[in-house]
Amino acid sequence: MIVEIGHYALILALALAVLQSVLPVWGARTGDAGLMATAGPTALGQFFFAGVSFAALTWAHVVSDFSVVNVVENSHSLKPMIYKVSGVWGNHEGSMLLWVTTLALFGALVAGFGRNLPAVLKADVLGVQAWVAVAFYLFVLLTSNPFLRLPIPPIEGRDLNPILQDPGLAIHPPLLYLGYVGFSIAFAFAVAALMEGRIDAAWARWVRPWTLAAWVFLTLGIAMGSYWAYYELGWGGWWFWDPVENASLMPWLAGTALLHSAIVMEKRDALKIWTILLAVLAFSLSLLGTFLVRSGVLTSVHAFATDPTRGVFILAILVTFIGGSLSLFAARAPGLAKGGLFAPISREGALVFNNLFLTSATAAVFVGTLYPLMLEAATGAKISVGAPFFDATFGPLMVPLLFAVPLGPFLAWKRGDLLAVAERLAVAFGLAFAGGLLAWWLTRGGPILAPLGVALALWLIFGALAEVVSRVKLFSEAPKTSFTRAVGLPRSVWGTMLAHLGVGVTLLGIVAESAWKIEDIRVMRPGETARLSRFEVIFDGVATRSGPNFVETATRFRVIEPSGRVTVMEPSKRVFRARQMPTTETAIATFDGVSQLYMAVGEIQPDGGVAMRMYWKPLVLSIWIGCLIMAIGGTVSLTDRRLRIGAPRPSRVPRAGDAAPTPAE
Amino acid sequence: MLIWAVFAAMTAAAVTIPLVPLARRRLAGGAVTEAGDVAVYRDQLAEVDRDVAEGRLAASEGEAARAEIARRLLRAARRGEATAEPATLRRRRLLSVGVAVVAVPLIALGVYSRLGHPELHDRPLAARLAAPPERLSMDELVARVEGRLASQPDDARGWELIAPLYLRMGRTGDAVAAFRHAIRLSGPNEARLNGLGEALTAEAGGKVDADAKSTFEASLALSPKGVLPRMYLALERAQAGRLDEAVEAWRALVASGRPNDPWMPVARAELAKVEAAAAGRPPPVDADAAATPGPTAAEVDAAAELSAEDRAAMIDAMVARLDERLRRDGGSVDDWARLVRSLRTVGKADAAADALARARSAHAGDPKALARLDALIGGR
Repeated sequence: MIVEIGHYALILALALAVLQSVLPVWGARTGDAGLMATAGPTALGQFFFAGVSFAALTWAHVVSDFSVVNVVENSHSLKPMIYKVSGVWGNHEGSMLLWVTTLALFGALVAGFGRNLPAVLKADVLGVQAWVAVAFYLFVLLTSNPFLRLPIPPIEGRDLNPILQDPGLAIHPPLLYLGYVGFSIAFAFAVAALMEGRIDAAWARWVRPWTLAAWVFLTLGIAMGSYWAYYELGWGGWWFWDPVENASLMPWLAGTALLHSAIVMEKRDALKIWTILLAVLAFSLSLLGTFLVRSGVLTSVHAFATDPTRGVFILAILVTFIGGSLSLFAARAPGLAKGGLFAPISREGALVFNNLFLTSATAAVFVGTLYPLMLEAATGAKISVGAPFFDATFGPLMVPLLFAVPLGPFLAWKRGDLLAVAERLAVAFGLAFAGGLLAWWLTRGGPILAPLGVALALWLIFGALAEVVSRVKLFSEAPKTSFTRAVGLPRSVWGTMLAHLGVGVTLLGIVAESAWKIEDIRVMRPGETARLSRFEVIFDGVATRSGPNFVETATRFRVIEPSGRVTVMEPSKRVFRARQMPTTETAIATFDGVSQLYMAVGEIQPDGGVAMRMYWKPLVLSIWIGCLIMAIGGTVSLTDRRLRIGAPRPSRVPRAGDAAPTPAE
Repeated sequence: MLIWAVFAAMTAAAVTIPLVPLARRRLAGGAVTEAGDVAVYRDQLAEVDRDVAEGRLAASEGEAARAEIARRLLRAARRGEATAEPATLRRRRLLSVGVAVVAVPLIALGVYSRLGHPELHDRPLAARLAAPPERLSMDELVARVEGRLASQPDDARGWELIAPLYLRMGRTGDAVAAFRHAIRLSGPNEARLNGLGEALTAEAGGKVDADAKSTFEASLALSPKGVLPRMYLALERAQAGRLDEAVEAWRALVASGRPNDPWMPVARAELAKVEAAAAGRPPPVDADAAATPGPTAAEVDAAAELSAEDRAAMIDAMVARLDERLRRDGGSVDDWARLVRSLRTVGKADAAADALARARSAHAGDPKALARLDALIGGR
């Protein structure tokens, strides 16, 4: 009965979403507060029923109810409990149910926390959100229903795809979906603003936290997915420019741009139309990502859904929402009031620069991801666009952007002084330059661009720190004064500092990993020794072990450092019983806090020889540590509930009509 | 019935949700207010004051910010308020209430009646396995015993119970191991030895190998009149090419049995086969049986030794297995025809018609195959 209740609850959620998509919007158009007030309760109710539905499916997975097709196809009674639960979203139907539940969650959050929101805006936002929800409820119910039943249940399930039985993949999809779906709020706000035909401070004030929250989750989700690919797939890489990865990177880039332009809008009432467009784009790219992954148009390690009818359905959703919102934008945007004015060298100017490069980078990734698909659809030719394309397009776009990052926060609103900023950043620049020189000296004969990359990363790190140092007057005032100033500093400043610093840390890891990694692929026999960087690696032998739902062939290695310290590493291959599918379990040991030794087993030969892939990856962990710092920065900034007004520093003695900011409209 | 009560309660709750605000907002207060916007700006003003007071904002900056907010505040306050005729409002409210009350149950029941299965109960695995044994299917029984044997590998009764089940399910390797465990724990007897012999034969693809042969001989030593070991030993002689010995063995078997013994037809058929082979004639062929892989000899033999109910259960299981395989992997026209005929034989006319429909759709593009299908199942 619980399963059927879950099914019925999902349908009730659809019914409530239909009401929510009509009544509040009607109320907003006719000015009826009663109708508009239905938005909040229906959004909460919709989330309640979607939650009941999700809980019911989870229950079916946990108790191995094999009368549910979805459980049969993706679960196994012997699977560890964590993967019984994560198996709920480790498959197409369940993950789409998670998608709509997350959508309903965001709607409920807007309903719950949106007390301060103008009634019309709230009604429209929740109405637009419900349009998206209705489309996806129908998609789930009609093409991807997780509640299909079997009258005669089999006794055992077919197990979850073994490469998905991993803690990383257990939390990766929910994080990613919180990110993707979080942008639906920004989208709903943008469409609501276009429908109302006006946009003001309240708009940006409300969009910023949602965008920031979505961005934090997306950052964590992408980092998690990248780390998962790194240790689970056994190829030693951490980013493959796989279309599925790109599908999550595009909304992230657009979302990052949106975050920055929303700051301008909130503080200075400028860049309004552009911000609206970015909000529409960020969610459109999220939808595109869902389409790419869920329709099966790609065939890659990630794409575990293959069914053309689903593809066509999502494509229809995609066309309707992207086409509809862009048409609305084209019709209404010219009528929106223009924002404030500013000089090219100013905080706003820096943020526009940021937006230009981020959107260009998004476009580069977009082309690289979709061009092969278009070409295949048009001519049938299969080409693959890999790292070289992205290195040649994405890379050069990132360098000037990253170089400019430390400058932005130092520039004043409205009109800035680049020379003064350069003066204050001189120390950070000097430190970065010295760091680059040191890197060059330490790695003479290595890749020539790598020390420059290190210098750029250090420039980002020191530049970010410099802003806080200068704000609290760390070295120019007494430590006590600095401390008081640091405590009083707005949390958004700390957030900016952390996020920018995180970018630098990630870049440092990327540069070090790609320039100085050492790779050794060889066949080893028991007792043999290999040297890798400073390590001596001794192969002890192979043993067979048995896990809950797999059989494992584990190799044992001793890694000896010059200091004599010994680390045991046991990379293995697993064969999962239900699917008879092998997976590679890499062994990874961390040294010096951020560098890793990475071992993966290849072919095991009959004579006891084992084909080994061994990598020494200096500073590789800082790639993900940086992402974590960025996410922490976002969270810190999110806790800053201040309302923001861009107050320009008066450049001269105030005169009437001059000291006040230029009227915004 | 309970489930419909729950659905009714859920539907009622869902309908009430949008009704509450519709009913609560008085018609008079139905106009839009821009209070939200104004509130945001008032908050901002208060905050600027706070920031200036606490030194986070320079006084001049605070002044500039206040001027900016005041300008935006004025704009927000200027925006007009929409009003509507009470009569229009009332009509709109009633219409909305009507939509909510009608649409929610209509959508919910409409969609659910197409997709849902209210008649199906939850079947959590643990509860299924905890049911009384006579209500378990063979698969469930096996899973339950396996669960116990995993924790108590020396449970002789468990192995005794599961071994023949494995054999019937075609898990011959598991059956061999299970019979060996049972013999190790409880000692050899006729049934265990026969089972092991059959399992070994099935594992070897129907060939009575040296292991199976010695097992059947051991069984015969315990009970010299055993029919099953004698049949297998006769089979072994034929397989080894000692045809005269085989003819002799089968003749002895046929002579020892009564005409209505269930194994008699098999023995007679085998005798005819080996006699033909010994005389150098082609074996007499039952065209039907040869065309499709039927039950193994071991299965036929097992059926012979079973009670009537068990035999029916075994046939059901075999038909179900064929059905499942065809559903999953598809199959030849002959396989489908066999399924249809089997289902008709056991009296499941509906299932047979369904299987026939699936067979037709599986071979829809091939008129020759369809003709053959009709020929094989002998019309409708």
